Amino acid sequence: MGKQEAAVGIAQREADFSRVDRARLIEALAGALPAQCLLHAQEDIRPYECDGLSVYRQVPMAVVLPRTEAQVVSVLRICSEQGVPVVARGAGTGLSGGALPHAHGVVLSLARFNRILELDANARIAVVQPGVRNLAISEAAAAHGLYYAPDPSSQIACSIGGNVAENAGGVHCLKYGLTVHNVMRVRGITIDGEAVEIGSRAPDAPGYDVLALMHGSEGMLAVVTEITVRLTPRPRLARCILASFDDVARAGDAVAAVIAAGIIPAGLEMMDQPATAAVEEFVHAGYNLDAAAILLCESDGTPEEVAEEIERMRAVLEHSGATEIRISGDEAERLRFWAGRKAAFPAAGRISADYYCMDGTIPRKRVGEMLLAIQGMEKKYGLRCINVFHAGDGNMHPLVLFDANQPGELDRAEAFGADILELSVALGGTITGEHGVGIEKINQMCSQFTTPEIETFFRLKAAFDPAGLLNPGKAIPTLNRCAEYGRMRVSNGQLPHADLERF
Amino acid sequence: MDPLIREWSERVRAAASRGESLQLRGGGTKDFYGQSPQGEVLDTRGFRGVVSYEPTELVITARCGTPLDELQAALAEQGQELPFEPPSFGHGATIGGCVAAGLSGPRRGNVGALRDFVLGTRIIDGRGEFLRFGGQVMKNVAGYDVSRLMAGSLGTLALLAEVSLKVLPKPVAERTLQFELGQATALARLNAWGGRPLPIGGSFWHADSLWLRLCGADAAVEAASRELGGEALEAGEAAALWQDIREHRHPFFAGEEALWRLAVPTDAAALPLEAPVAIEWGGGQRWLRGAQTAPQMRQVAEAAGGHATLFRGGNKAEGVFHPLPPVLARINRRIAEALDPQDVFGRGRIYPVD
Repeated sequence: MGKQEAAVGIAQREADFSRVDRARLIEALAGALPAQCLLHAQEDIRPYECDGLSVYRQVPMAVVLPRTEAQVVSVLRICSEQGVPVVARGAGTGLSGGALPHAHGVVLSLARFNRILELDANARIAVVQPGVRNLAISEAAAAHGLYYAPDPSSQIACSIGGNVAENAGGVHCLKYGLTVHNVMRVRGITIDGEAVEIGSRAPDAPGYDVLALMHGSEGMLAVVTEITVRLTPRPRLARCILASFDDVARAGDAVAAVIAAGIIPAGLEMMDQPATAAVEEFVHAGYNLDAAAILLCESDGTPEEVAEEIERMRAVLEHSGATEIRISGDEAERLRFWAGRKAAFPAAGRISADYYCMDGTIPRKRVGEMLLAIQGMEKKYGLRCINVFHAGDGNMHPLVLFDANQPGELDRAEAFGADILELSVALGGTITGEHGVGIEKINQMCSQFTTPEIETFFRLKAAFDPAGLLNPGKAIPTLNRCAEYGRMRVSNGQLPHADLERF
Repeated sequence: MDPLIREWSERVRAAASRGESLQLRGGGTKDFYGQSPQGEVLDTRGFRGVVSYEPTELVITARCGTPLDELQAALAEQGQELPFEPPSFGHGATIGGCVAAGLSGPRRGNVGALRDFVLGTRIIDGRGEFLRFGGQVMKNVAGYDVSRLMAGSLGTLALLAEVSLKVLPKPVAERTLQFELGQATALARLNAWGGRPLPIGGSFWHADSLWLRLCGADAAVEAASRELGGEALEAGEAAALWQDIREHRHPFFAGEEALWRLAVPTDAAALPLEAPVAIEWGGGQRWLRGAQTAPQMRQVAEAAGGHATLFRGGNKAEGVFHPLPPVLARINRRIAEALDPQDVFGRGRIYPVD
């Protein structure tokens, strides 16, 4: 019971690491690592002050870039002994500040763990180090007619270790699953420096499903040093339908109609008019700029299968009131259809000084309601929002456009985002589908979960990391934070976590 | 809160304070699985019914006591199914027991396991707290994935009160092909086919016959069966075959001899054991009958890169589930303590508690 009470103690308030002795820490790290694997001069560690969510910045005490697992073990042992927070980092493309450094901590970069250790085409698996880029796995597997299915938009840059940490998705996950469905094993190092094998090449493993727990755990349970992924045979053919609609709700209904017809498209994406306008100018994908919304609906498989499915999809979309339907005639045209969707984030960056990307997931049938509410929020906060989303699984990425140099705009953008997330929860969804909670959505966790649920998360973390040193302050809010946040945001006179003390 | 949930929460709290254990039990169809259940029975069948099901959302939410048959019938009416084909193993299986047992049927090798389809749960933990994790959406990374942790936990972590599962449309077409092949050739073929974009939806090898099920669009099934050859089974015969494999009614599973389940990499060679064998999941699941000792089975499974479970019968005193290495064993124990500190739910069902 002692451990459990300690876990709840950690759940109550943010741990205080201000007594970490920087000189002692750096001396110990320098003794364990070659000089080029340790950075601590301000100008060297500055590039690590943020991840893909650059509105949050924090310089750590040191950055380590180990090359071997033995070095990872040494770093973790030192941090464990000295009570120093450790923030693991992959490619730094995360969008929720999950790799934001800790002021009194070490950033453990896995960037040098960038080798594909084994690719077994017969067994359809690859064993990779966490710093390997998502797309690099598919590139290596291509010669065997295989690929790694989850394809987050950032797949050119993001690392597979980060994908595990956030349980990354992509545009094809309705049919092919998320990271958790495509990883068979991870090898991790606990905060005590012990190696642990979770999962295997077999279809399942004995004991509790610790592998599931590792996915989306944002580097808070163990540091992953090796990952075995499942490779999927590349479909012989893929074709994509680009359908235009003169009404957003009608496009939403068309999505439901496709599913109701018993079709699971390989990809099913939606963009609203402001989003198509933003990308069209940028990549010339050939989107219909008069359409209130467009749908991208993809079929893959054997040529016979694709022909059959594309016909069924076309019939459903026509029946659902599509104003224009185009079907990719060749691979170049299919990629052009997708180029617009995949360029949505950079396009937002092009038309606006800054943008804030949200990640709420809601039941598909509530998408129309959400879009309508977002229009209201645009007026309320005086900011524009463009909408792209994974329509097949209800995962929305509203991009709130703002200019951080204009006083007050960042605050308004964050409040706008918070409103979207609260509404996602109210509509029966979740605050984050695939980007993670990190630091960004930590307050909204208080809206989604009750006090005993948050305590459960802290207890589970303590099962791996009793001292709470791995990525503290992320993903799971302390109860004090929720109390503060509850005081800040009172909706409909209902105080969330009314059972908590207020400070 | 439903009065029954309140009653159960109080019962869990009372058991925790008295240091007693409760045996969570639905239809009791999987009583044989794991170590013998201990403690006073808490019958979960009173909390039943589909809470929500909208076919276009591809999600069904049901209370733990809902009969699996009833849930599957509701899906079938809409042309949908639980693609992982969970076995019932008898009359009266409930969805709560199905998730707790975590077992999947013939299509698991191609569409994923039960755990892959778990989206959300409501549970009563060992403190009697009624908690909700996950939800009814496909993608959700808010908080640790406690819901998926429930799959296969055999009711030793919490009372699973309600579960949301992803569902899929039934395949448009199905066809089963039969091949006469020895074990080594069958394994080689299965792995080679697995690397190609074929609409495979199940495989079963036994006594020099391999049955391969194709599931998918009409055109895909047609093209694949032309390409693969073999002899097509008549539809009714094929349906009965897969049903029998799923429910262990196939003659291979008959009799009282110990039934071992070895989960190994699909490409593992034929296992060096003199015992009747049946192979599923493209080579990943191997069933063995016979009197080999547990250490023998465990050693063979480990050498092949997998693990061995004494699935049915045999000597449970030698352990049912494959022993865990020390660090993982500690993490498992602490996970159980996190959710159920007083061990109300009898985690000895999986591994002995020291």
